[in-house]
Amino acid sequence: MAEYQNLFTQVQVHAPSFPGVSVGRDDRERTGTPIHVHLFGRLGDAQVGPIYLGWFGLASLICGFIAFEIIGLNMMASVNWDPIEFVRQLFWLALEPPAPHYGLSIPPLNEGGWWLMAGFFLTTSILLWWVRMYRRARALGMGTHVAWAFAAAIWLYLVLGFIRPVLMGSWSEAVPFGIFPHLDWTAAFSIRYGNLFYNPFHMLSIAFLYGSTLLFAMHGATILAVSRFGGEREIEQIVDRGTASERAALFWRWTMGFNASMESIHRWAWWFAVLCPLTGGIGILLTGTVVDNWYLWAVKHHVAPMYPAVFGTVVDPATVQGVQP
Amino acid sequence: MNRLKAILRVVAMLGAGLLFAACEKPPIDTVQRGMRGTGMVQVYNPRIVEGEQPKNVVPVAIPAAPREGQKASEVFQNVKVLGDVSVAEFTRLMVAMSAWVAPEKGCAYCHKLENMADDSMYTKVVARRMIQMTQHINADWKAHVAETGVTCYTCHRGQPVPAEVWFQPAPQKHATRMAGSKMQQNTPDAAVAYASLPYDAFSRYLQKGQQIRVNAVSALPTAPHGSLADTEGTYGLMMHMSDALGVNCTYCHNSRAFAPWSESTPQRQTAWHGIRMARDLNNDYMTPLTGTFPAHRRGPTGDVAKLNCATCHQGAYKPLYGSSMLKDYLALSAPGAQAALPPVAAAEAPAPAAEPAAAAKP
Repeated sequence: MAEYQNLFTQVQVHAPSFPGVSVGRDDRERTGTPIHVHLFGRLGDAQVGPIYLGWFGLASLICGFIAFEIIGLNMMASVNWDPIEFVRQLFWLALEPPAPHYGLSIPPLNEGGWWLMAGFFLTTSILLWWVRMYRRARALGMGTHVAWAFAAAIWLYLVLGFIRPVLMGSWSEAVPFGIFPHLDWTAAFSIRYGNLFYNPFHMLSIAFLYGSTLLFAMHGATILAVSRFGGEREIEQIVDRGTASERAALFWRWTMGFNASMESIHRWAWWFAVLCPLTGGIGILLTGTVVDNWYLWAVKHHVAPMYPAVFGTVVDPATVQGVQP
Repeated sequence: MNRLKAILRVVAMLGAGLLFAACEKPPIDTVQRGMRGTGMVQVYNPRIVEGEQPKNVVPVAIPAAPREGQKASEVFQNVKVLGDVSVAEFTRLMVAMSAWVAPEKGCAYCHKLENMADDSMYTKVVARRMIQMTQHINADWKAHVAETGVTCYTCHRGQPVPAEVWFQPAPQKHATRMAGSKMQQNTPDAAVAYASLPYDAFSRYLQKGQQIRVNAVSALPTAPHGSLADTEGTYGLMMHMSDALGVNCTYCHNSRAFAPWSESTPQRQTAWHGIRMARDLNNDYMTPLTGTFPAHRRGPTGDVAKLNCATCHQGAYKPLYGSSMLKDYLALSAPGAQAALPPVAAAEAPAPAAEPAAAAKP
């Protein structure tokens, strides 16, 4: 018999399209007649739309499109407009920030000027999208938790691409727009600053990243496990604790002695997720500005362990007299 | 629905194929070199290592020739190097060289057969300079080549032009336009082992001598050190070195801290001298030969072929797995080395045995 389940449902409940709660005069900004897509219904809600775009959304999309075009057309130009080479080299191609000697000045277009422009439009686009998220939450009378979580990610983005380069006095410190190039940049960043794994804020960021996935798995599993008792009605269970909530709580007390509550688990998850880019951004901000070599910093503060010198004494040949430089 | 499933299955299979196409088949060997638990290991694919073996077999040495008798310069005309070795040894070396460098054309690759003393072929002028270079390496760069030394074969391996040489990369086409500058990176280029790093590492570090060290030497900022752009340049050179020697970063560095020498292996010292050696040879031996080479032997910007780590190493941690060919051709060990050696009777000559290829692993 077909059975309704939370996620991998074999049956879909069909209902008339729901336009959403009325929020007064903003109703007119909802566009499109809702449609139903079976495939979407397998993953979430089958109803698509109505969509709200608004001026902020529209401006954000336009700015995002401009940034995307600047990056894409520069990549295209870099392979001399050859579509085949564009596809072959796509993972290598990039729009690079200006060279170090330009500092924070505005370089010629083809020597980083396009990068500055793309960065400006991408940042504008992201900030406008943030405003839109904030305003939509307000319009629905919701809290603004989603907007602030998004802001945490924007913080990390701004530190990497704007705040830290400005503090370092050089756009060249920023990340290129490209697939392999931004990964090579990441590795070079860690190598230049003496191994980012010795940066305590990087450590915190990793702890929150892995912690987020752990909490996500624990919470998701708990709710799925008690959904047969109505556990997926989490919000109701916050104020009116039922058998699902009590079983879930007892399960965790049995297995680890402590349980989060139906409400607090969401605060746990939100803070873990938000602290990941927040601490990561602090770690990046301190790198090069406050700490120049994280390995030496870790040695200084007895964080880095010392191992036996199994290779004997290895000396820098540049310090040996009589060696050609 | 069944159709959908069938399509999904095909997509999944294609996806899996794409995902694993670039993977090397296990099992992979690891060899621990440093302190346990620090990841100081070398990773080898035994099937790839096996494929590399034939490339590193040393050719059988020609039986030794008497060192006494008339000197080459007394018998032949226009002998500017090796004039101090015996005629027999000189001839033996010429025969060896033709086998090492031009096995197909033989003597005629460098010499006009009607007048062997004639210098009109560029190959002869280059070969003379290369003999001097070989002697210079063996005499003055022992910090890198040790007593193993090098011969023509270390790089040439039976080819007139060594398989691994480098030229100044051609400038990007249409780079002067208003968009699309690659800034000499972001291109799948073998020079940096197909990373997106700057691909002109050789001219920067093995010719011009740009600063390779980028790390700060104190925990807190004191003096300015390398920029991130410089770091990417260094990283590109290191990718080449790793690729050229068939080793991981951990052959020389403890990857937890690349810069401190106290964390590194002794091989890093050897490599340090190797970088200086390549720089020296490119600037003092190769570049002055630019005009000697005909246009078709030069690079896209008209520069001469130059050498890097791969020119000798060719994917092995030591060229020819560390077998010394020099011991059989001591005339190449230094200018005048042969003349200074005590004469050896033909009976005492070392048996012409091929050095067995050493084990693939260090």
